[in-house]
Amino acid sequence: MSSATQQLLDNLNALCAGLFLLTAFGMVATRQARGVLNLFIAQSLLLAASACLLGLRYHSEHLYSVAIVNVISKPFIVPWLLRKTSPAEVYTRREIDQALNIPTALLIALALTILSYFLALPLLNAVGPEFRGPNVPIGIAGLLLGAFTITVRREAVPLLIGLLAMENGAFLTGIAISRDLPLLVELAIATDGLVIVFIMGVLTRAVQKQIGTTAVGELASLKEGAAAPTRQEAAK
Amino acid sequence: MSVILLLLLPLIATGLVCIPFNKYWAPGVTVVSSVAILGLAARIALVASAGNSVTAALKLGALKWIAVDGLSALILLLMAFVGTTAAIFSVGYMAHDSLPPSRLRLYYANYNLFIFSMLAVPVMAEPTLVWIVVELTTLCSALLVSFENTREALEAAWKYVVLSLMGAGMALFGFLILFAAMQAAGGGTYTWDGLVRAAPRMPPALLQMAFLLILIGLGTKAGLVPMHTWLPDAHSQAPSPVCALLSGVETTVILYVILRLFPIMKGAPSTHAETWALVFGLVSVGVAAFLLLQVTDYKRMFAYSTVEHMGIILTAIGLGASAANFGAMQQIVAHSITKSFCFFAAGAALLAVGTREIAAVRGLIRRSPAAGAALVLGALGITGAPPLAIFLSEFSILKAGLTQRHYLATGLLALFIIIAFFGVMLHINRMVFGAAGQGESEAASVAKFHLPFSCNLALILAAVPVVLLGVYIPKPLNDLLAQAAAALTK
Repeated sequence: MSSATQQLLDNLNALCAGLFLLTAFGMVATRQARGVLNLFIAQSLLLAASACLLGLRYHSEHLYSVAIVNVISKPFIVPWLLRKTSPAEVYTRREIDQALNIPTALLIALALTILSYFLALPLLNAVGPEFRGPNVPIGIAGLLLGAFTITVRREAVPLLIGLLAMENGAFLTGIAISRDLPLLVELAIATDGLVIVFIMGVLTRAVQKQIGTTAVGELASLKEGAAAPTRQEAAK
Repeated sequence: MSVILLLLLPLIATGLVCIPFNKYWAPGVTVVSSVAILGLAARIALVASAGNSVTAALKLGALKWIAVDGLSALILLLMAFVGTTAAIFSVGYMAHDSLPPSRLRLYYANYNLFIFSMLAVPVMAEPTLVWIVVELTTLCSALLVSFENTREALEAAWKYVVLSLMGAGMALFGFLILFAAMQAAGGGTYTWDGLVRAAPRMPPALLQMAFLLILIGLGTKAGLVPMHTWLPDAHSQAPSPVCALLSGVETTVILYVILRLFPIMKGAPSTHAETWALVFGLVSVGVAAFLLLQVTDYKRMFAYSTVEHMGIILTAIGLGASAANFGAMQQIVAHSITKSFCFFAAGAALLAVGTREIAAVRGLIRRSPAAGAALVLGALGITGAPPLAIFLSEFSILKAGLTQRHYLATGLLALFIIIAFFGVMLHINRMVFGAAGQGESEAASVAKFHLPFSCNLALILAAVPVVLLGVYIPKPLNDLLAQAAAALTK
């Protein structure tokens, strides 16, 4: 492989990683559930693209299979499962009450990204030089931004997608530093992501039935000193 | 072969309980399958206590990563025992509610799936497969936590799932770094044993990062402070047999995964793994002990006690001696059986009085002697009163701490245990023996409440080891504990 091709692949990979980071920022800021879902699909496709590019660069067929698994499960099966399990009007919901307004949230997201570059330094120093590249810091950023999305969003579907985005971030780093993970593990993790969507979809539907809305941020009554509900013996 | 059968049984049971025969089919299948699992686990434990490791006979796909050593066998045995007693308790407890049959089938199907996911954690030797099954345990228990479908239960389930999955995301990152460290050390099989062997060659920075990520990530699920906020909610809102499983086994299983890291970290002293364990452990015990003093709900009280005991086990590992490791193993056994018994007692009390509030319950011993006596025994057991199981294990941990000269840590541990003792006994004493207040009529509390037969049976079965292990540890169990401690001291 000529060094020009290598350079091209590295640049394309950097582009993918940069766009990945952009989608992570988008997930923090976008208010509508459908928008967050679309950003997640874009993020997964970018992860698959990065896996392909790294596979080409380092001659690892294993990474191609990671890419294929990602392309099949996340852009297609995840939205399908969500449509099946959670109530239909969830996608048109806009978050009206926000825990943090968008500019503040974006500033914190920026700070988290800079933090992740610092956190990536010891990791990059410890692994070999061939792992240099944007995957590790941006993967850590994806992880942290996913966690941040979970803490600020109060609607069920964006929360769920934040969880899956955390896994995307962990994987972006994973494809760079742990390339030879057995295929079985990749498949199992993908299946696991689908089970997460299923279960949380079911929970969301139950929440919708119980409190009439999927704004799970309103579920905040359990704390010390709150009166525990009496359980009527013959009630249920 | 027995390991594969062990994993297949709950899956078969899940399928069978979905068939709508009559109202005894689902509970019956669950109980029978739990007893069979207990038998298999006991057989595996016997083999492992002699020092051999059990692997699956058929080695294809994920099955080739199955390896059960002393520590795994101990956890399997505990899980099988608590699973059996909880299944027996479920029969009476769930029947009391007169649920529609489809809801009941859903409960038992979910129950068996949950047992399957928990059984799979100790048998896997490949860390990323372990991670996947840990995620499965969260997902399989989510619908069980929200089973009562009240607003509070849904909130508890939501918080549980979100926090657990967040922690698992961090832990995944940690396991991927661990894999990278393995590659950097020159490759080898990515199993717990392989990691221990390769540890001295791994870059310490990677090990440090992986350790912290996994400790904090899985510590969220194990209930360590400050990531424990979901635990009192989830472990009190779930139906009582599920609480017994969650508090008694689930948190223990997650702590088992964290414990597997320690022999690996021994190869890299710069990670200060034991100091982190001491810090997290002591903070957990302390915070839980103080929070115990002001609870208003007795199931939440037992949930805080779980946080406390997870902290005690982690502190014992942090003390670092082989004697402390043995004490930690003893504590794991004692805690599982005693905590599950406590939740059975709490479930019995809930059946008898219909409320979870401590202030609303007085003189339980008059209304339901069985529930009252069980609560007292459970409370004494869980706080470490002699001659019950936890007293022996806490005593050996404290003794090991003193011989290691960790005076400050041991002193703090003893102090927090005493605070928790007073907190729990104060609440339980008022609940069980207190005279009725002005708001309650004597007539209401005198009418005796009879627990269903299966609840009584489960209480008695669960009480036997709590009392027995306080005075005598049978030799096979002692050998198993020794093997488990040795697996940690490698």
